[in-house]
Amino acid sequence: MAHGPAKGISRWLFTTNHKDIGSMYLWFSFAMFFMGGIFALVIRAELFEPGLQIVEPAFFNQMTTLHGLVMVFGAVMPAFVGLANWMLPMMVGAPDMALPRMNNWSFWILPFAFAMMTSTLFMEGGAPNFGWTFYAPLSTTYAPDSVTFFIFAVHIMGASSIMGAINIVATILNMRAPGMTLMKMPLFVWTWLITAYLLIAVMPVLAGVVTMMLMDIHFGTSFFDAAGGGDPVLFQHVFWFFGHPEVYIMILPAFGVVSAIIPTFARKPLFGYSSMVYATASIAFLSFIVWAHHMFTVGMPLFGELVFMYATMLIAVPTGVKVFNWVTTMWRGSMTFETPMLFSIAFVILFTIGGFSGLMLAIAPADFQYHDTYFVVAHFHYVLVPGAIFSITAAVYYWLPKWCGKMYNETLGKVHFWLAFAGLNITFFPMHFSGLAGMPRRIPDYNPLWADWNMISSIGSLLFGAAQVLFLYIVIRTIVSGRKATDGVWDGAEGLEWTVASPAPYHTFTTPPEVK
Amino acid sequence: MAKHHKAIAQTSAKMAALVVAMFIFAVWVMPPIYDVFCDIAGLNGKTKGKYQAVEATADTTRKVQVRFVATNNNGMQWQFGPDQELVEVHPGQAFVTHFKAYNPTNNVMVAQAVPSMVPHNATDYFFKTECFCFNQQVLGPGESAELALKFVVDQEIPKRVNSIVLSYTLFDVTADSTEMVKQKLEEMAGELRNHSGAMQPELKLTTTANTITQ
Amino acid sequence: MLIRSNRSLSLLLACLILAMLPGIGSAGELQLNMTEGVTAVSQEVYKLHMTILWVCVAIGVVVFGAMFYSMFAHRKSRGAKAANFHESLKLEILWTALPLFILVGMAFPATSTLVKIYDTDNADLDILVTGYQWKWKYEYLGKDVSFFSNLSAKSKDQIYDGKAKSEDYLLDVDKVLYIPTGKKVRFLVTAQDVIHSWWVPELAVKRDAIPGFINEAWTRVEEPGLFHGQCAELCGKDHGFMPIMVEALPPEKFEQWLEEQKAEALAVAEAAKQTLSFDELYSQGEAVYNQYCSACHQANGQGIPGNFPAIAGSKVATGELSGHLSVVIKGVSGTSMQSFADQLTPVEAAAVITFQRNAFGNNMGQSVQPIDIVKYQQGQ
Repeated sequence: MAHGPAKGISRWLFTTNHKDIGSMYLWFSFAMFFMGGIFALVIRAELFEPGLQIVEPAFFNQMTTLHGLVMVFGAVMPAFVGLANWMLPMMVGAPDMALPRMNNWSFWILPFAFAMMTSTLFMEGGAPNFGWTFYAPLSTTYAPDSVTFFIFAVHIMGASSIMGAINIVATILNMRAPGMTLMKMPLFVWTWLITAYLLIAVMPVLAGVVTMMLMDIHFGTSFFDAAGGGDPVLFQHVFWFFGHPEVYIMILPAFGVVSAIIPTFARKPLFGYSSMVYATASIAFLSFIVWAHHMFTVGMPLFGELVFMYATMLIAVPTGVKVFNWVTTMWRGSMTFETPMLFSIAFVILFTIGGFSGLMLAIAPADFQYHDTYFVVAHFHYVLVPGAIFSITAAVYYWLPKWCGKMYNETLGKVHFWLAFAGLNITFFPMHFSGLAGMPRRIPDYNPLWADWNMISSIGSLLFGAAQVLFLYIVIRTIVSGRKATDGVWDGAEGLEWTVASPAPYHTFTTPPEVK
Repeated sequence: MAKHHKAIAQTSAKMAALVVAMFIFAVWVMPPIYDVFCDIAGLNGKTKGKYQAVEATADTTRKVQVRFVATNNNGMQWQFGPDQELVEVHPGQAFVTHFKAYNPTNNVMVAQAVPSMVPHNATDYFFKTECFCFNQQVLGPGESAELALKFVVDQEIPKRVNSIVLSYTLFDVTADSTEMVKQKLEEMAGELRNHSGAMQPELKLTTTANTITQ
Repeated sequence: MLIRSNRSLSLLLACLILAMLPGIGSAGELQLNMTEGVTAVSQEVYKLHMTILWVCVAIGVVVFGAMFYSMFAHRKSRGAKAANFHESLKLEILWTALPLFILVGMAFPATSTLVKIYDTDNADLDILVTGYQWKWKYEYLGKDVSFFSNLSAKSKDQIYDGKAKSEDYLLDVDKVLYIPTGKKVRFLVTAQDVIHSWWVPELAVKRDAIPGFINEAWTRVEEPGLFHGQCAELCGKDHGFMPIMVEALPPEKFEQWLEEQKAEALAVAEAAKQTLSFDELYSQGEAVYNQYCSACHQANGQGIPGNFPAIAGSKVATGELSGHLSVVIKGVSGTSMQSFADQLTPVEAAAVITFQRNAFGNNMGQSVQPIDIVKYQQGQ
């Protein structure tokens, strides 16, 4: 029969409970978010004005590399896995994840991976300094010694993600409550199912590419070394074959979160549920055939350039369908604007702006001018910060009352939103301008032509950072002293997770619910 | 519940198989596919491998410029360059040219020349019947060599293409070719024995390519 | 309550932006948009950019307009009652098809521009561009002229000085790449160590420089002018410090410049015959060191542990001269140490080696003459 959690530290070390593991994932990613944020602030501080003031170029490169790696693999991905752990079993009416023991491992190897990766900062020669895309031969022949630790860290993170994804697929396919057909699943479950397939398909490719690096560095192969018949461009093809689906791994669950929140606060069912499912699947499919749009300047033949350009432009279609559906869901609803809704609306607007710049980048001749400039930096931060980070934040505000049984402070939540919204736009919008004006990315120092934009960006980043400290305060305050939340929490919310008590009991749906 | 477990195990096994398959795909399938693709599309200006000559008549009505470019990769200390920088050939006409290489160091060194060509659509019509880039080249201290390149430009080459650049980048692969270095050293020792007495070797032979490192 | 708090926050935001305005524009012009550039291709690219930008703005106005209207009109506080519609096949087909038509419309001009960019045939001049950590080498093929182009000493001096930077800070080089106007110039792009990317925005040329492989791009500039660019692909520590300067000259002036370069090469050979005093060598060597060596080995000769070895007390700089010559002239395989045979004149090489063997407490008391360098290069 159902029993409560174990006492003390062993509860967390040995837990197989999806809610405990979900919480650990979320706290871990929160910690990584702050660490990656500090790296970002070092970057922005150095770029505050022209000239080198704070860090040396060699260290600056380590910061850009680690910022990217920590945010992608440490903050965004574990946060979504955490949300999946908490919500998927409750949404499909399952008692727990399908593979609870593996669930424990897949979390607990993560801290080791990141400890290993950040420890390289203190090694002679420094941390990885070749960018989060680690192009060969800069990351092989010319890499610092710490690259080997980086490779092992990536292997461990990959193993963690793969185990998490297998668990999610197994749960969704096998553990749904009677009557919960695939087309009745909440969209968050759908987007995670597709994301998990993407993870299973491409994380091994990432593992493969770092393995090939390892062999080139230590075992004399030449996958990426022209001298031995290899090709550094092959690295980019394999990397982006992983890298482009990876981008969607970070955004598809966000679509799911927003598709849960907007109907709740519009008090109206999601518009075009089935077209949303098909659009998600098409985006996932297209993500496998567009990778070389990251490599338009690499010297591909004209034919290849054209094929990848057309395929990339096509992605705008299913993405557009999603945005139109969200707007139509709001249309003639009865809307209120609590914090989760504010973050979701900001998501729709800002993600769309990121999508627009993505469409611009897809036009290959124009990409020759955008590529590797701050315009690209602006583009992917507009997609990832409002896309992934805002949706995760929205999800936390939306489900936190269910998790801990207490309500956050609405006023503080709104202050957080407006600070984050302002900080984000002040930080990243000027990057469009500095990029178009010709500023290359990944440089520690720059011409005065771009000084104003950079100064504004740096101020904005400080504001955005401060907003996240407030977020941490709000979450802790809610857990410690929030007022009691009702079981339904939101008056427009639909779904199985709202039928259980707040806070959700340690074990839910030990007997499957009946889904009509 | 048991049925449940079986289903979960099946799904997990399928997913694990997919993981293994994708890893194999990345490491053992993508690189060869990429090479094949490069061959077909001329991606990255990779030129075709060795070509067996067939009887062809030269198309004397038109000429194609072929420019040779030589680059030394980092740390490659040889002097290396084409005898003729620019040649004009008739499509279908076999042509021989030479590159000069000179090893100014005190060590036996092994080099690999990596060819690359633009424009990409020329690679399908450029055939090498003999090229020093097919093999690694070894040179003793102070030794130089004439490296031959024999090629033919196909008559089918599109009319629009009338200027081809063939680039060779020379890489130092001494560290990975200890066998060749050893062979060369033995060869040299043999030669020294033949020139008995009069010319006592002042050459100091070392097997490590670079006696001076950081 | 909600509206009021939003307003006060937007007010706060506006104040913040206003507070920053005096800072904005202090550097004179503030470039917001992509450069139109100076070539037919770059102008086409600019037009493509503007077209797609306005298409996006138009879509944005419609979508966000509908959304903002809905957020205003369909809010619960205004007594809006929720409708219950949640499906319309017609709408879904409409907003799948409409974007498709727009995209097809965009694909035509994009394709035609791309075809032009790829048409590198019939060039009047070929220039081989080779990326090095962290400089460019330019070689006028068939013209016997080639040189390296580094970040200028003027910019280098400003990096740490904490003062206002000059207008061309980090964009100016010691040797400019000259091209003739009105001629089709083809750039053959490759690299010597890692991947770089040669980018000049006003020519709309950006090509990756990949070790072992060659890429091509072309331009035709009609009017004389000076254009700046930078390396666009992360290539290691000093990726931000390898600018590009291209100047278009009328053909006669360009030819004249080529001749001057050849004369200069002769003068360098002549200079190599002279004998210099220790003090001359040492002081000139210090300047050369700061220009070429200090990026890695640092101004104080201590290097960066684990990345770049120290000069101070190093085995090379305090050991046999032939070893030192070998490292400087030939480079060290498998490391970042390049061959400086082509980058330094014999006088410069002699000076910098003299400096390295006597500075930083190395005190070898030894000077090296240009003729020693020449002899070494000839293998004697």
